[in-house]
Amino acid sequence: MQTLERETSLRRTRARVTERVFIGICLLAVALPLGLLLLLLGELVKDGVERLSWQFLTSYPSRRAELAGILPALTGSLWLISLTALMTLPVGVGAAVYLEEYARGRRGANWIEINIANLAGVPSVIYGLLGLGVFVRQLGLGRSVLAGAATLALLVLPIVILSAREALRTVSPALREACYALGATRWQAIQRVVLPMALPGILTGSILALSRAIGETAPLIVVGALSYVTFLPDGIHSPYTALPIQIFSWVSRPQPEFMVNAAAGIVVLLGCMLLLNGVAILLRHRLQKRVG
Amino acid sequence: MADSGLQPRVVGSLSHSRVSSAAAPWLERLLEAGLFGCALLSVATTAGIVGVLALETLAFFREVSLGQLLFDTQWTPLFHEKHFGLWPLLAGTCLTSGIALLVALPLGLLAAIYLSEFASPPLRRCLKPALELLAGIPTIVYGYFALVFVTPVLQKLVPGLAGFNSLGAGIVLGIMLIPMISSLSEDALFAVPNGLREGAYALGAARLPTIFRVVLPAAMSGIAASVILAASRAVGETMIVAIAAGQQPRLTLDPRVPVETMTAYVVQVSMGDTPAGTLEYRTIFVVGAALFSITFVMNALSFRFKRRFQGSN
Repeated sequence: MQTLERETSLRRTRARVTERVFIGICLLAVALPLGLLLLLLGELVKDGVERLSWQFLTSYPSRRAELAGILPALTGSLWLISLTALMTLPVGVGAAVYLEEYARGRRGANWIEINIANLAGVPSVIYGLLGLGVFVRQLGLGRSVLAGAATLALLVLPIVILSAREALRTVSPALREACYALGATRWQAIQRVVLPMALPGILTGSILALSRAIGETAPLIVVGALSYVTFLPDGIHSPYTALPIQIFSWVSRPQPEFMVNAAAGIVVLLGCMLLLNGVAILLRHRLQKRVG
Repeated sequence: MADSGLQPRVVGSLSHSRVSSAAAPWLERLLEAGLFGCALLSVATTAGIVGVLALETLAFFREVSLGQLLFDTQWTPLFHEKHFGLWPLLAGTCLTSGIALLVALPLGLLAAIYLSEFASPPLRRCLKPALELLAGIPTIVYGYFALVFVTPVLQKLVPGLAGFNSLGAGIVLGIMLIPMISSLSEDALFAVPNGLREGAYALGAARLPTIFRVVLPAAMSGIAASVILAASRAVGETMIVAIAAGQQPRLTLDPRVPVETMTAYVVQVSMGDTPAGTLEYRTIFVVGAALFSITFVMNALSFRFKRRFQGSN
């Protein structure tokens, strides 16, 4: 009798110990990648900070690493992101409004939804090939900043649509019904009540989508962003380079001095993304307060 | 709203006389049509992708036979003596993706188990976005990490590791994929009804056997969906492998030597100056078509698994 009790208690402690060990392993699985990321980011900043200066931000590329800068890349990225926003936001929000407000339950809508989910899973380099075939060649836009922005616009469109739909879904149906009860048409309800209510969510989602677009490299390489540009874009048809492209061209060089430039470029890129994310959070906070 | 039982259109026509700025019915229609057009653009995008890839691929097959693509073991479209065997690029892609999954699958799954079964709610709320951060970093940054930090460390551990190799690229790619697996798997684990866990406890099962024999099997379709999705992302990922795995198409499973993935080939040709309409130009669309087909099948499969687990609760 006593041995049986001792055995069960022994088995229980053993189970408890294995459980502890397993929890430890699980925790490690969370901590390891996060720790590694922090470590790598730290190394990156340490490497890049020596090149970071006002001169780095305001210089053109050069064959000499210490003289090279990212002015054309930074300007190009700014052009790209603004044009992308101009193209993708109206269309994305429009599509989201259609799917949420008009098409609920219609048969075609389901089909469009599946299609959007599929598009979100298409590799970004394929969007580059689409841009190359359609914008660069068929429409004759060439290696212009417009072709690059149009490609990026299609790339982030599914994300914009999905996040705008999420935002529209948070607006209570009771508000729409109240509009109709007051005699408003469907569009009036959307324009005056639903969209203003959903605006913080839509803006936040859109800015996050754009911050993803700013780091995209592969599609821009395919649609022909240049890697050595000594001028600034002077219009939508101008050739251009972008921050990630400039980083890639420095990473591809064998000389270690250019790796320092790449590290500094990455710090600037991550800084831009951090800034956009900060703006998104701030905007949501501000607008929510106003609406609330 | 549509199921609210109201008839907005009738209400709209009534309101026309009362609300001074009400839009005319034809304008309402026009607006709806415009919004429908926006939604349709996404369909046009898919059609455009399929169209562009199919068109250039067909033009390619007028000059090169399908047999060459499938049975040649060399890929040298940029050389004087051209070979068009897709296998070296496929092997490179499989190698980097396979290594990535070997890293991401155990870590992502263990992280999901921790978040769903063990972490306290506040810790969970804080760790989840932290893990998502891994997926938000641009891939070019990961490529830099793989080339500059990870490969030199690996070179000290693995003898004969080249400067460009699939090992370093694959490991870093795997780290990027962890949140993809952990996030979707955690949703699936979390969706397992608590009654199942309590039933297992009632039968005298300890925590670990409950997780491994009850919760994990119940969440299996969601976990499968996350793994397939991550694999699809690995196959389509471009910059990490273009920077760190090299640009030498090679039919090998040796993780120490430079290889070239399908995506890296597209980048390699795009960096050069290949005139439109040439055979070399068309090869990137052929590779793109293969890439699109593979990821499409994987995404559809993942979607199916995901629907199964979402339908079950």
